[in-house]
Amino acid sequence: MTLTAGDRLVDYDEVLTRYEPVIGLETHVELGTASKMFCGCATTFGAEPNTHTCPVCLGMPGSLPVANAAAVEATIQIGLALGCRIANWSRFARKNYFYPDIPKGFQTSQYDEPLCIAGHLDVEVDGETYRVEIERVHLEEDTGKNLHVGGATGRIHGADHSLIDFNRAGIPLVEIVTRPVPGAGAKAPEVARAYVTELREIVQTLGASDVRMEQGSLRCDVNISLNPIGALELGTRTETKNVNSLRSVERAVRFEMRRQAAVLDEGGRIVQETRHFHEDTGTTSSGRSKEEATDYRYFPEPDLVPLAPDADWIEQLRAALPELPAARRARLQQEWGISGTEMTWLANAGALGLVEQTVTAGATPGDARKWWLGDLARRANEAGTELAELPITPAQVAELSGLIAEGTINDKLARQVLDGVLAGQGDPAQVVAAQGLAVMGESDELVAAVEAAIAGAPDVVAKVQSGKVQALGALVGAVMKTTRGKADAGTVKRMLEERVLSS
Amino acid sequence: MTDLTRIDVAELGRLLTAGEVSAVEVTRAHLDRIAAEDGRLGAYLHVEDDAAVTAATAVDEARARGDELRPLAGVPVALKDLVVTKDVPTTSGSKILEGWLPPYGATIATRLADAGTVLLGKTNMDEFAMGSSTENSAYGVTRNPWDLDRVPGGSSGGSSAAVAGHLAPWAIGTDTGGSIRQPAAVTGLVGHKPTYGSVSRYGLIAFSSSLDQAGPMARTVLDAALMHEVIGGHDHCDSTSIDAPLSGLVDAARAGASGDLRGLRVGVVRELGGDGHTDGYEPGVLARTREAVEVLAGLGAEVVEVSCPSFDLALPAYYLIAPSEASSNLARYEGVRFGLRAGDDGSHDLDDVMALTREQGFGPEVKRRIILGTYALSSGYYDAYYGQAQKVRTLITREFTAAFTDVDVLVSPTTPTVAFPIGTRVDDPIAMYAADLCTLPASLAGLPAISVPSGLSDGLPVGFQVMAPALADDRCYRVAAALEAAQDAARGHRLLDELPTPAGAA
Repeated sequence: MTLTAGDRLVDYDEVLTRYEPVIGLETHVELGTASKMFCGCATTFGAEPNTHTCPVCLGMPGSLPVANAAAVEATIQIGLALGCRIANWSRFARKNYFYPDIPKGFQTSQYDEPLCIAGHLDVEVDGETYRVEIERVHLEEDTGKNLHVGGATGRIHGADHSLIDFNRAGIPLVEIVTRPVPGAGAKAPEVARAYVTELREIVQTLGASDVRMEQGSLRCDVNISLNPIGALELGTRTETKNVNSLRSVERAVRFEMRRQAAVLDEGGRIVQETRHFHEDTGTTSSGRSKEEATDYRYFPEPDLVPLAPDADWIEQLRAALPELPAARRARLQQEWGISGTEMTWLANAGALGLVEQTVTAGATPGDARKWWLGDLARRANEAGTELAELPITPAQVAELSGLIAEGTINDKLARQVLDGVLAGQGDPAQVVAAQGLAVMGESDELVAAVEAAIAGAPDVVAKVQSGKVQALGALVGAVMKTTRGKADAGTVKRMLEERVLSS
Repeated sequence: MTDLTRIDVAELGRLLTAGEVSAVEVTRAHLDRIAAEDGRLGAYLHVEDDAAVTAATAVDEARARGDELRPLAGVPVALKDLVVTKDVPTTSGSKILEGWLPPYGATIATRLADAGTVLLGKTNMDEFAMGSSTENSAYGVTRNPWDLDRVPGGSSGGSSAAVAGHLAPWAIGTDTGGSIRQPAAVTGLVGHKPTYGSVSRYGLIAFSSSLDQAGPMARTVLDAALMHEVIGGHDHCDSTSIDAPLSGLVDAARAGASGDLRGLRVGVVRELGGDGHTDGYEPGVLARTREAVEVLAGLGAEVVEVSCPSFDLALPAYYLIAPSEASSNLARYEGVRFGLRAGDDGSHDLDDVMALTREQGFGPEVKRRIILGTYALSSGYYDAYYGQAQKVRTLITREFTAAFTDVDVLVSPTTPTVAFPIGTRVDDPIAMYAADLCTLPASLAGLPAISVPSGLSDGLPVGFQVMAPALADDRCYRVAAALEAAQDAARGHRLLDELPTPAGAA
């Protein structure tokens, strides 16, 4: 896309000399319940269009919603994990607006009586902790999905016709809204990213959703405003949508800060509006289609009875919460004896669970970290995929590590074994056996190779014997070469010493 | 041969069970009468004809096989056209749903079918139940069998005309602000609005969700109770459905008919036609109400006057809450998924197609209420209108609660006037709304209330309303049955027997 005059940008570092960024995040999480929020339809992703529908989620005349208890429970769990107060009286509300993907002409959501209120989430960026206050966590239903056919943009304007898939309509959505987060300064983009990362991990730990941003089961709207340094009132914010990856969260904040600073520097005014993030260019553009603000005419949903979660039930849910990511990191950091920075690396690389499972499968914490952050991280990077997506299991990594420890293979061979495992040739031991990659013992073959090396380099032998012991390295290298790396370097060195130095 | 259309449901059930008449005979008798009479009355929007005969045949065959059948199997029934019926046209009296064939059925329709009753057809109504005369139907007016120049009440006017005109033995009506009780009153029928939440709303096309209730319209109190027991009870498809057993309604109707009301305390509501509150009430209506109260006293009831000052605010509160909810409930009619679609000729964008569909599909009263409701819910007006109306609702509920600490039931006229002539109120919404003056308080409080005939005024029926605490629907049936039995006995015949026989009818 082309940058218009309005998209003049100020250098990032310069923005911070004049403005204080304030961020805010609205995150939608599609719950992984088996059925939809208000009917019994399945929630499976990727089904044929309009096959998971019924009179209720199609908004047929006369149909009525009934709230999904599992979704209410999951929302309360998320609220508890975020330190929220759980309301003892909460209601659904109707958010009224016309759009073809909302079958009833309103979205059933929550307005002034959400399920969970006033929590917080602490996130760490570069060793510093930032507290993100949570304003509310509420439950609502997803909309259908529009597909605009024809036209260049895939948008409704210019399209020949539009198709609607209501499979997604009515899937339970939890919306987590932060309060404005000031004080992050230059770290605002990273804090925003760290918040979404941490939130994603919490929801994953709770098992409430598969939180896949690329499939839309976790969606994030990023609010940004700039405050002239020293000013008392908050600046006008923009709301950026279509932010579909963790990296985009960071980029969107950075871009909006630079764009808004340019507008403000010129004496302009920030328009309170929805903007769209563009993955390809890393820019945002105005998403307004209309000048007037929508009045959603919220009112309590009369078709649903209020939710009044029982205090005992809430306490049961609280007691049953799994160990949350922050507590787990603290525990593992101590168990593994690593620094906070190392732990952050592990977490940011998405390797924490993998390393933990590898340790559980028998590897030492050091070995497990070395493999996942070293060779495997490099290969994931080369393949452009996530660590967890690599075709190797923590158990296989632990097995590999064990083969080294017991001397069956050495580090060099281990890398070949790894190639085999990643290529789908089986477990490490199977690859070792199939390709004959085990370290050679003091076999006839190795004795022959050692003796050939001695015979082939009398000058080196003389050097060693004259006291330059380090020259032995050349002989070791020769042996390793003839054995194509299968020999154990220590064994070779000892065998050479026995023959060269004792004679 | 006996005219099968003149027989009560309770008796029809007995005759069918005993094999003295067949379901096909009963159904045919009603279909024939519909064919002969409905041209004048306009009670039905859709008649099942062959499908009804097929259903009746199935009942007869099952009985012949010796299958165990429910007591009312084979009794025909008519449904107000906002009860969603699978594969049977359902319009809610609106052009916007013309041609819609529902892919599912309402819980009460299913329960009636499961009881073996035979669907005769769908009855006319004010569009989306908005009205008190059935003149707001998009499909033409319905006439009152007592006087064809007068309205049959509304919004369940098709059902009232059908049952009073003997085009159905009984029918389902729905009541949001009085739409069962008021048409029952002006056609000489019994109509009961159940406790909110005691009859499933699943599959009733919504007008105002927090007020809508379906209920029976019948020629006797016992028949009404019989229908209520078929359709009532918990439904997991309706979140507002109450999970409690019904309170012995048929038993209460039978007990009431025995005529002993000793120990019962009856409160006459001053604000509904009492001293200082008679404006707009016809003298004949007030006289019949006084006489009915005297009958109850004569049966041993203790009568006191009760004041509920907030009832005066019921009408304005209702006309904020109901339109507000309606403005949202009717948003789904925009032409995308079902019903009418207007302007989709390639020259209009989506917003225009939605607007044109609604412009063409909705009638004037529906538009009036959508506009009212949209305004009342708007940001900046919500507290002053919708919020305030909800507070009035709470006040009314409290006054009912206070009154019921002293009395068992509250009584009043059902409607301030007898049936008014067609066309006299259509251009005066306020006068039209006044027809629901007496029925609105119980609607806003979600309480059960029944209308039972109390006699005639100028040759037209007058209704008497009995209101009870939530879930005490049995009290309504008991008191209504007592009044009905005493008046029938005094008169020597039923009120409906005085229905003028139309010229040319057999």
